[in-house]
Amino acid sequence: MKYVDEFRDGKVARNLAQTIAAEVRPERRYHLMEFCGGHTHAISRYGLRDLLPPEIRFIHGPGCPVCVLPIGRIDSAIALARDHGVILCSYGDTLRVPASERMSLLRAKAEGADIRMVYSSADALKIARDNPEREVVFFAIGFETTTPPTAVALRQARNEGLKNFSVFANHVLTPSAIQNILESPEVRELGTIPLDGFIGPSHVSTIIGSRPYEFFAEEFQKPVVIAGFEPLDVLQSVLMLVRQLNEGRAEVENQFSRAVTREGNLKAQALVAEVFELRDRFEWRGLGEVPYSALRIRDAYREFDAEVRFDLPYRSVPDHKACECGTILRGLKQPQDCKVFGTVCTPDNPLGSCMVSAEGACAAYYTYGQFKGASVVAEAS
Amino acid sequence: MSANPKATRRGYIRPLDLRNGKIEMSHGGGGRAMAQLIDELFQTAFENPWLRQANDQALLTRPEGRIVMATDSHVVSPLFFPGGDIGSLSVHGTINDVATSGARPLWLSAGFILEEGFPLADLKRIVDSMAAAAEKAGVPIVTGDTKVVERGKGDGVFINTTGVGVVPDGIEISGDRARPGDVILVSGYLGDHGVAIMSQRENLSFSTHIVSDSAALHELIAAMIDAAPNIHCLRDPTRGGLAATLNEIARQSDVGMAIREDDIPVREEVDAACELLGLDPLYVANEGKVVAICPPESAEALLAAMRAHPLGADAAIIGEVIEDSHGFVQMETSFGGRRNVDWISGEQLPRIC
Repeated sequence: MKYVDEFRDGKVARNLAQTIAAEVRPERRYHLMEFCGGHTHAISRYGLRDLLPPEIRFIHGPGCPVCVLPIGRIDSAIALARDHGVILCSYGDTLRVPASERMSLLRAKAEGADIRMVYSSADALKIARDNPEREVVFFAIGFETTTPPTAVALRQARNEGLKNFSVFANHVLTPSAIQNILESPEVRELGTIPLDGFIGPSHVSTIIGSRPYEFFAEEFQKPVVIAGFEPLDVLQSVLMLVRQLNEGRAEVENQFSRAVTREGNLKAQALVAEVFELRDRFEWRGLGEVPYSALRIRDAYREFDAEVRFDLPYRSVPDHKACECGTILRGLKQPQDCKVFGTVCTPDNPLGSCMVSAEGACAAYYTYGQFKGASVVAEAS
Repeated sequence: MSANPKATRRGYIRPLDLRNGKIEMSHGGGGRAMAQLIDELFQTAFENPWLRQANDQALLTRPEGRIVMATDSHVVSPLFFPGGDIGSLSVHGTINDVATSGARPLWLSAGFILEEGFPLADLKRIVDSMAAAAEKAGVPIVTGDTKVVERGKGDGVFINTTGVGVVPDGIEISGDRARPGDVILVSGYLGDHGVAIMSQRENLSFSTHIVSDSAALHELIAAMIDAAPNIHCLRDPTRGGLAATLNEIARQSDVGMAIREDDIPVREEVDAACELLGLDPLYVANEGKVVAICPPESAEALLAAMRAHPLGADAAIIGEVIEDSHGFVQMETSFGGRRNVDWISGEQLPRIC
């Protein structure tokens, strides 16, 4: 496959892996957090851990949009469909996220709520146009990559004067989450989570650029490499981080120079700024309330804000007691440290959100890593 | 005959309007309309001595050997897709389920659930396609049934087919017979059917030249058994794809599997479509492929026999059965790493970011 196979070449991979093995210093460990679930998925799917020396340890970050969605938000979405009788349009993975009282959007759908899986915000707009007599709500989730399409949908709805369309906005921000992790007591004082550097998500940076990371690199003295999602991208960025750490540098480097610039996509940024503004606080699963970490719809678009239109109250709901998603999302524990991993909680019957999406750390471990069993647990130290 | 020349002939029924007509509730009501639909459409298309008897059952002569029976319901959407339609699919699917036991398929039944308002022209197209598929396969449809449900209670047409076949003596093919050391083969490119269907879904508009691989595999399988009568397992990797099939056999036989990504035949176009949709070709459905597991000494002969048949021209050896009490299927990736190939969970849902 052209433009894809080049980034999955096994021979190049082995060369890169050998270089990494030659350059790591045996007396130290390299704890690298891949923030984004897409990287977690690539690491597991291509078996990258098998190629790397034991000195390299991946810590899986919270960058999986459905994993960080708190139960209370899913409950609100279910309430929209069930109690307000709207057509709720949602991305596929969100349907299976567990909510309160053993509910999920998928179960609500089976019980008769009108919940439809869409592939884009444009699909939701079309459903609104086709059903003028019904209220249609787009359940918008995701990081910076899915925000511009939601902004486009909102602007289009206003231009068309679509009265029956609104958005339940749950867009979250990558830099705020990374900052929250770096400022957490576990990282800052206790040193429970050793964190030496970050692999940053390239698709997010195609929008926001690499500049927002410069602050962390300097303030927290942690190197950041913006990396693509192909397995070779990941390996190359590991090598770049190893070199920075060996040389005592803490800079923002761009591995994904084929699409990421320092400034990012200014047009998309302007569009998002026109439609959205920062929320004071937003609850994340695993991280709790994080200040200025999510977006809400601006007053100019108020009439399309489902939270306003349906007067949705927010109720925070604690995770299931046995579920370790919170600690796993903060990198404190590995999936196998969770008592319910692979027993009560499986991709077919997820208890926690990390088991839902293919990008969740638990789902990736369960799906791709089972045969390794004990060896993966040992690596978690 | 009446003296009045304008009066209609006694017993005359206006023929079915196969061009513009629609299914009505009366077509399932047990009256003349139903009899007419059966006579003019089904009987005419499926034409064989059993149907000609017009009984509620087919009277069959007992064949020699062990009898196998399989049933399959078809609810595919869209009804027509590149490379086939629900009609041909319903014939191929059941023939393949019978044939993967090593059996020679003998007879089929067909049950139709039709939705009120369904165009008769579409139904005729589907029935003709079924008839052609059955004729080509040499497996007659000997009995059938038609029901009509109200508009909105079905999705056009659902078809159930059941097949009966007979297994020659000495052939022992079963999902619990895989043994460590056995070789795993597939008969050709994987994922064609699933991608062809997905390309036709209304909310997933992408264009591709991929056509469904829907085909009856019994002749290929007969040639395979001739070449390697000691085949241990055969299965067609339909829903859940190769991944589901290997996991099923691993569990039934209490063994593990080790496959090599580089050796698994996947068309570049299928690979590209899956990449775009966030799918894995190993989990995408096939309707004209078979997975075979045989002792290592027969593998080369089996591979040669598969490649000699048009439906197995791209056959390949993809891995081996290994000892593993967990029943895991693992794969050496093209990249040089190893990973688990787990069961599919839920349906394959495209990625969201």
